[in-house]
Amino acid sequence: MEVTVSNVTKEFARFPALNDVSLDIRSGELIALLGPSGSGKTTLLRLIAGLDQPTNGKILFGREDASHKSVQERNIGFVFQHYALFRHMTVADNIAFGLNVRPSSTRPPKAEIRKRVADLLEMVQLSGLEKRYPNQLSGGQRQRVALARAMAIEPRVLLLDEPFGALDAKVRKELRKWLREFHDRTGHTTVFVTHDQEEALELADRVVVMSQGKIEQVGSADDVYDKPGSPFVHRFIGEASELPVRVENGEVWLDDRTVGLKADGAAEGPSSLFFRPHDIEFLSGCGGCFDGVVVGSRRLAGARRLELELGGSQYRVEVDVPVDHPAALRSQINFRPKHWQLFSRSV
Amino acid sequence: MADRATRFVNPVDERIGTKIVLTSIGGLYLAFFLFLPLVAVFIEAFRNGAASYWEALVEPDAAAAIRLTLLVAAIAVPLNLVFGVAAAWAIAKFEFKGKAFLITLIDLPFSISPVISGLVYVLLFGSHSVLGPILKSYGIEILFAVPGIVLATVFVTFPFVARELIPLMQDQGSGDEEAALSLGASGWQTFWYVTLPNIKWGLLYGVLLCNARAMGEFGAVSVVSGHIRGLTNTMPLHVEILYNEYNMAAAFAVASLLAALALVTLALKTLLEIRFGAGNAGGRH
Repeated sequence: MEVTVSNVTKEFARFPALNDVSLDIRSGELIALLGPSGSGKTTLLRLIAGLDQPTNGKILFGREDASHKSVQERNIGFVFQHYALFRHMTVADNIAFGLNVRPSSTRPPKAEIRKRVADLLEMVQLSGLEKRYPNQLSGGQRQRVALARAMAIEPRVLLLDEPFGALDAKVRKELRKWLREFHDRTGHTTVFVTHDQEEALELADRVVVMSQGKIEQVGSADDVYDKPGSPFVHRFIGEASELPVRVENGEVWLDDRTVGLKADGAAEGPSSLFFRPHDIEFLSGCGGCFDGVVVGSRRLAGARRLELELGGSQYRVEVDVPVDHPAALRSQINFRPKHWQLFSRSV
Repeated sequence: MADRATRFVNPVDERIGTKIVLTSIGGLYLAFFLFLPLVAVFIEAFRNGAASYWEALVEPDAAAAIRLTLLVAAIAVPLNLVFGVAAAWAIAKFEFKGKAFLITLIDLPFSISPVISGLVYVLLFGSHSVLGPILKSYGIEILFAVPGIVLATVFVTFPFVARELIPLMQDQGSGDEEAALSLGASGWQTFWYVTLPNIKWGLLYGVLLCNARAMGEFGAVSVVSGHIRGLTNTMPLHVEILYNEYNMAAAFAVASLLAALALVTLALKTLLEIRFGAGNAGGRH
């Protein structure tokens, strides 16, 4: 099922949570809504679900306009951040809930519901826990029960709000892998919200980066990481070092010297240069490169991160060096980014 | 000294002397203000033996008072159960204008004297009011009759259920309801299968408190009842009449029954909590 979000605006008490957002979600796609808190990602998910109504704009399921359909009519599977399992029901009753509340004309017979529950439990690898209550399960198990419950109604679209937000790092990684496999097996159109860029990049076919109620960029993990469309995306996804530079005659200038970077096609004038701290090459001697003085050093897991002062202590950037790099405090380092991105600052 | 320095002292613990003093003060306070009066009621009630105790209860006016009290509670409690759940639902799950005002309004019966609550109904339905004579011309008696007593009781016991549920429902949020709706449940199914089970213990507690107050209410009912023996006397009013007639044994007999009803209510609540509270109530997760 394709889902189309068309020029959607949502205001809460006059404060715009979403501002003219459009997005095409392809059938069978696993898509991540990624952004910091307050970026509108959960709002967008809830609008797709029908838990909130857009102030303006349309939401289409396939070709049909679902904007004014209730959440019940949309037939979506929603997994809540804190699972929202019914605590007075067993695991089996939780999963069967969506089937049991159907009117008798469309409700499957009892035996079939029982079989469906057993199948779903097997699918989420929780067979044997039918009789447990939610408070007798671990966080990861609850998460999977919530998923099985949402899947029981055979939803057209699966929507997950921060699915791993409340889990510890190890379980989170396991479930991430598991969800990817689950998606590949079932082929459901799936949208999930996350503020964890690693999760979004690893899991999703496409990542929708959001900020302040707008979509900044939509693309594959490679796209958003290697070709960030805006300074925000570059800062938000992965590490970023940035320098205020100038583009003149197709060259990048820092103050009064060129740094050996060709800026073909970039707009002339003041610009911001972005690069990844680890994606640099070191040079000996500096005939057109960055010339920094080490003013700080921190150990990261697999590297050492140096803080450098450039241009007579006007600017500070961070670069990564191998752990055994002999860089001492106040020593000089000459480098040039291997890949970089320019964003014009002249507005 | 060395021994003293190494001994672990629980920082939130007290010395044995302090413990004894504090516990005794608490115990004496309870004994003096709660336990002693309760015991006194039962001792006084049985002063002339079990036979006269029984007689005081089956005496026609007393029996009528007991019946009226049960009737009033049977009407007022279900009404406030429905109102209370509806009010708590609205306040906890929705944002709307005038919410703070509504909460204040619900608290009103708590904050004003019951006598005034009674007087309000006298002003509304009395013979000098606008409504009273009109209703009377249709043969409907409110004041000095059962409807007035019910109205006054409903007013006084209004906040109990709502007050108990509002913080509980606010704490639980709307997540479970949204989950049920997303699974295709109708509004009614959501309320019945998800909301109600989530609030059942709070609701039960509110209903029990509401019931205790409905049966025990004196002030407001006293103003609207008219004290007609055998007709508009509830148990608390009957106790007062007997007391004013220096019929101590009978007064305390009825009073002890009232106290017993309250004790049974509390015992029932405790029992239910022990029975079901630990197991499948589930708690928050």
